[in-house]
Amino acid sequence: MGRPMQVARYWRHFKEKYRLIGGKCKSCGHVHFPKRPVCPECGSQEVEEFQFSGKGKVVSWTIVRNPPSGYEYYKPYPIALIQLEEGPVILAQLTDVDPEEIDFGMEVEMVTRKVREFEEDGIILYGYKFRPPIK
Amino acid sequence: MRRLLKPIKDVGIVGYGAYVPMYRIKNEEIGRVWGVNGFPIQEKSVNNLDEDAITIGIEAARNALKRAQIDPREIRALWFGTESKPYAVKPSATVIAEAIGATPDLDAADFEFACKAGTEALQAAIGFVGSGMAKYAMAIGADTAQGRPGDHLEFTASAGGAAYIVGEKSSETVAYFEGSYSYVTDTPDFWRRQHEHYPRHGNRFTGEPAYFHQIISAAKGLMEELGYSPSDFDYAVFHQPNVKFPITAAKILGIPKEKVLPGLLSGIIGNTYSGATLVGISAVLDIAKPGDRILWVSFGSGAGSDAFSLVVQDAIEEKRDLAPKTMDYVNRKKYIDYALYAKHRGKYIM
Repeated sequence: MGRPMQVARYWRHFKEKYRLIGGKCKSCGHVHFPKRPVCPECGSQEVEEFQFSGKGKVVSWTIVRNPPSGYEYYKPYPIALIQLEEGPVILAQLTDVDPEEIDFGMEVEMVTRKVREFEEDGIILYGYKFRPPIK
Repeated sequence: MRRLLKPIKDVGIVGYGAYVPMYRIKNEEIGRVWGVNGFPIQEKSVNNLDEDAITIGIEAARNALKRAQIDPREIRALWFGTESKPYAVKPSATVIAEAIGATPDLDAADFEFACKAGTEALQAAIGFVGSGMAKYAMAIGADTAQGRPGDHLEFTASAGGAAYIVGEKSSETVAYFEGSYSYVTDTPDFWRRQHEHYPRHGNRFTGEPAYFHQIISAAKGLMEELGYSPSDFDYAVFHQPNVKFPITAAKILGIPKEKVLPGLLSGIIGNTYSGATLVGISAVLDIAKPGDRILWVSFGSGAGSDAFSLVVQDAIEEKRDLAPKTMDYVNRKKYIDYALYAKHRGKYIM
C-alpha cells in the first residue's frame, strides 16, 4: 500500500474527498455525489461541478470494530449513511462523537479529516467526515 | 533608522477563524502517571485520532473564509506556520489550499520558527498585500505540539490554530495593522533535531534570555517606533507557553492583567505553539469594540518575537458572527484519560 499507483488513484478524487464537490445536471437539475460524467436521472452529459453545503442528517449508522487494513488504529469508529440537505445519501465516518450520542436524524456537518495513513512512509489521505455541528 | 515594518499600502484583516480540537486532558491526570504535583495549567486540548496540523489549519481557514466572504480563488498566497508538519517533506499548505478551493493560482509554503511560525507567515502576508503584489493572502498558525512523555512540556503542549486573511485596509477589514516589528537573536532555548520525535529545551534558559528578552524587546521596540505607551492599548496578547509567562511579561511592561486575560487561553487549552497568539487574538476579536487597539506579541524559540499593533474596525460587528467563535471551540470539550490521550497522540505500536 501507499505505492505510486495507489497515489494516482486517490489524487484523482481529492476535490470530492476534501471539499464534498459533486455533480449537478445542467438539463434536469439533479444533484449527485460523487460527480458522474452522465446524469443518473436523465442521461444528459451536461453535468457541472456542484459544491454541497456539508450539512446533513444521520439516516443510519453502525460501529466498526473489525476494520479493514489501514484503519486499525481508529477502532472502534462509527460509519453512517448521511442524507445531505441537497438530497444525496452518502456513506461516511462520524467523528468527534461517542457511539452513545449518535441518533437517527441527528444533524451533522462535514469536516475534512485524516482518513487513512499508508504505513510510516506512505501518503496521508484526507477526506470528508461528519460531526455534530459546532453551533 | 526606522525599525518599524510598515508596507506602502495600509492592510488589515478581512477574515479570521480559529479551531481547537474538542478533547482535553487535565494536568493532574498527566501528573498522576508521572508522579508530579504542581502544574503550569489546568488542562490542555488534545487532537482527535484523525486530526493533525493540516486538518486544524483547514477548519481555521474555512472559518476565516466565512468571515471574509471572499472567493477563495482571489487568495494569492497561503502560508502555513507549524512545527508539527505531517510530512517532513511535502508542503502542508497545498493540502489546505486545495481543501478550501484556493488552488491553483497562488503561492503556498510552510513556515517554521518554533512557536513563532504563524506570525512569521502573517508578516509575509502583510508584505505581500501591502506591496500591492496580491489582493489577499492567508496566514495560518497551527500545531499538534509534541512533548516528551513525562517532560514538563507534556503538561502544556497542545493542539489548535487560527487563520487570518490579509487584505488592503477598507470598510471590509475587521481590524487594520498600524505597523509591526520583528526581533530575533540566536538563542538556543528549545530545539528538535532531524528524525527526533521530541524537542529538547534548556530548562531555566527558556525564561529570561529567551521568552522574556524577545517578548519585551519586541513590545518595547514596536511601542517606541509607533510612539505609544502601554496605556494606549486596550488588549494585549503575548505568546502563552503557560499562564505565568504572559502575565509576568505584561507586568514588566506595565500592562494590567485585565487587558491580558481575554486573550489568555493557555490555562484551559494549553500551548498551541504556532497557533498560540493567533488563537488568543481571535478570542479578543470575538469581543473587541471598534476603535480598540490590540498589542500582539508572539514568541518562537530559537529565538524571536513578532509584534503588531492592531486597531479594530466597524466591520467586526457584522463579521464576528459569521463563523463559530473561539470560545465555542474552547467550551466544546470532552475529557480523556492518559490511556486515550496516548492513543490520540499515536503512542501505541500496533
